[in-house]
Amino acid sequence: MARQGILVEPYQRLKLEQVEQIHRASLAILTNPGILCFNRNAAEIFGDYGAEVLPIEQGNAACCLLKIPGKLISDAVQAAPKVVKLGARDENNCLILDGGEPRVRFASGSEANNWLDVDVETFVSKRDPCMEIDIPMFRVEKGTVDRLARAAHLCEHLDSWDSFLRTVNIQDDDITEDNKDVNKFFASLNNTTKHVMSGLTELSQLGNVIKMAQIIAGGEDRLRENSIISFITCTVKSPLQLVDDTTQKAIEIAKRGIPLVISSSPQGGSTAPIREEGMVAQINAEILVGIALSQLVNKGTPVLYGSVPVRADMVNLYDSYGVPEFNQYNIDCVQMARYYGLPCYSTGGVSDVKVPGIQASVERLFSHILVTLAGPQYIHYAFGLLERTNTFCPVQAVLDDAHIDMVKRFVRQPTVTADRISESLEQIKRVMGTSHKLYVRFVRSALRSGEIAPPYPFGAKDMVDETLFRAREKMEEILSLPPLHIAGEVVDKVFQEVPGLLTRLRNG
Amino acid sequence: MTEEDILILIKENVIQGRVTQDDEGLEEGMVGQPGVSELTRKALTQKINPKDIIKKGLTKGMDVVGQKFEAKEYYIPDMLASAEAVGAAMEILEPHLAKSGIKPKGKIIVATVKGDLHDIGKNIVSILLRGAGYTVKDLGNDAAPQAIVAAVREENPQFVGLSALLTSTMMNMRDTIQALTESGLRDKVKVLIGGAPVSEEFAQDIGADGYGADGFDAVRIVESLNSSEDN
Repeated sequence: MARQGILVEPYQRLKLEQVEQIHRASLAILTNPGILCFNRNAAEIFGDYGAEVLPIEQGNAACCLLKIPGKLISDAVQAAPKVVKLGARDENNCLILDGGEPRVRFASGSEANNWLDVDVETFVSKRDPCMEIDIPMFRVEKGTVDRLARAAHLCEHLDSWDSFLRTVNIQDDDITEDNKDVNKFFASLNNTTKHVMSGLTELSQLGNVIKMAQIIAGGEDRLRENSIISFITCTVKSPLQLVDDTTQKAIEIAKRGIPLVISSSPQGGSTAPIREEGMVAQINAEILVGIALSQLVNKGTPVLYGSVPVRADMVNLYDSYGVPEFNQYNIDCVQMARYYGLPCYSTGGVSDVKVPGIQASVERLFSHILVTLAGPQYIHYAFGLLERTNTFCPVQAVLDDAHIDMVKRFVRQPTVTADRISESLEQIKRVMGTSHKLYVRFVRSALRSGEIAPPYPFGAKDMVDETLFRAREKMEEILSLPPLHIAGEVVDKVFQEVPGLLTRLRNG
Repeated sequence: MTEEDILILIKENVIQGRVTQDDEGLEEGMVGQPGVSELTRKALTQKINPKDIIKKGLTKGMDVVGQKFEAKEYYIPDMLASAEAVGAAMEILEPHLAKSGIKPKGKIIVATVKGDLHDIGKNIVSILLRGAGYTVKDLGNDAAPQAIVAAVREENPQFVGLSALLTSTMMNMRDTIQALTESGLRDKVKVLIGGAPVSEEFAQDIGADGYGADGFDAVRIVESLNSSEDN
């Protein structure tokens, strides 16, 4: 059994002809101007398979320009699996991502530096000292391993949150570059039985992270069958530059056969054309290069087409997630991934503002709905992200869970059948035979089966918006539940065999 | 089937909210089995005292429904379905009540006032009041003050419930109360109002005796005024 997500009838923004035009444009980009490559191994691999490798001067770094034939890219991409399984500690929580099926799952992101707590303070009116009002007050904390564990615990109990993608950058005093990876993976895996995905900070730690995952999954073979972890690598720095560090990570992860997201995140208006067709042609080229590399390294490596296109904010050139173009770019990328039959790791649910509230709700709901409608297999950034992606707010994540549930209910397939129409006609006849003309009694089975949506869980009764307070109560309720930790003997083995783990994590 | 069996079944079917054998219950597979209407008729055929049908069947069932509602196990549609079942049974029992020496709990005339065709709220109130054991005379919607006055004169109810959805028709509640006053009937009935645009303040302003914020509130107010009348 796997998490089912929600199957949608995909909204097709681009016509097939336009998808093919963009595909051809992407391949054209990879031959002219080509892509800069700062990783010697990648250059050799592409060279061995027929790419033109032209050494060039690019500052002090060793660099070459790759001109990659379209057929090389197409053949390599064709070799990528069309179905990728993301395993989980509890196999009922695994995800089967099928590039040919528009079934959407929702995940978090994105190694935010800040953690935003919501407190409640009572204020007294200056005009009427008898009048008091509770106001949410926001407190910015830094991301820590303990907070990462709390986020994973929250993920475990929120139904729409299908997969845990590390939410905060752990910045504890005792966290170093060398022990960051093992601790972030352990804190996550020890607090959720859902799939855990993260970037890799230090390539030297790849072996330790995989060893930990093998112990927790039940051995090397079990991890291969049920990969409870996966990695994200952003191999390309836009525009069109294969970065040495992340490209090498992608090569090494591909050799190990662990599921891998090949992502690119150009910014329309600064590191990519602002116009839709130019942006999508470029990001598609960037992603295809990474996917092709993964398959040339190890044919059959499970990969996700990772599209994270954003638009520049023209006031400050920050990323902007709340603008309509963000949704256009992302929907187009979903269509491109579907064209190749690859599972798509897409993006939605982020807002540009620093705190939860009206702007945050509008911006994130906008992309939650639209990107979901496009039918990607996996939407990351969907929980709790604010201030673009600099802040993770757990209360916001609780709200997002409820909002995504509403979106899922909206996009689900229509249930119109001859039998159901007959049932409805029967209901109508019966109600018209009553004096009250009310259908309420027929609501009861739908209410209990979950067929109809429950009331908004954080709604206010009076003249004060209580949404955040109620979401905060739910968060506290969840966090008071005991976490579903890894069994004690398995934790002992992890601590014996994997160096660098913080002792304080042993208790969860 | 023994008397006890029938009364238990009536109670269970009230809990399930089943008026007739065609109704679904909350549990699977109930369609086709007798509902509260069929069971009440059967009880009368078997000469079961209507007082027992009400006390041991209908009221006991509604008690459980009320507890489930309080415990948030039941929702408003469940409450309404059960109340509708009780209301249907009361209608069947009505001709037999006087013979059994049972005094009706009270009679209420309900109407949506003149110019207003919205009757959902009024219908919900009717179902709940019937379910609570009251006799409800429903005048429908767009009821002119004089039609309400005539019905009060003819039916001699203890209560009049007026409903309106529109801000443009709510003032017709005042006209209706005025018509009752002018016809000399105002002191004989308690007038309650309800509907989206009205409020407690508005009720006081137009001289109504009570305001119900929703159907349950309406029943509470009627019950409270009824008990103070009895005292």
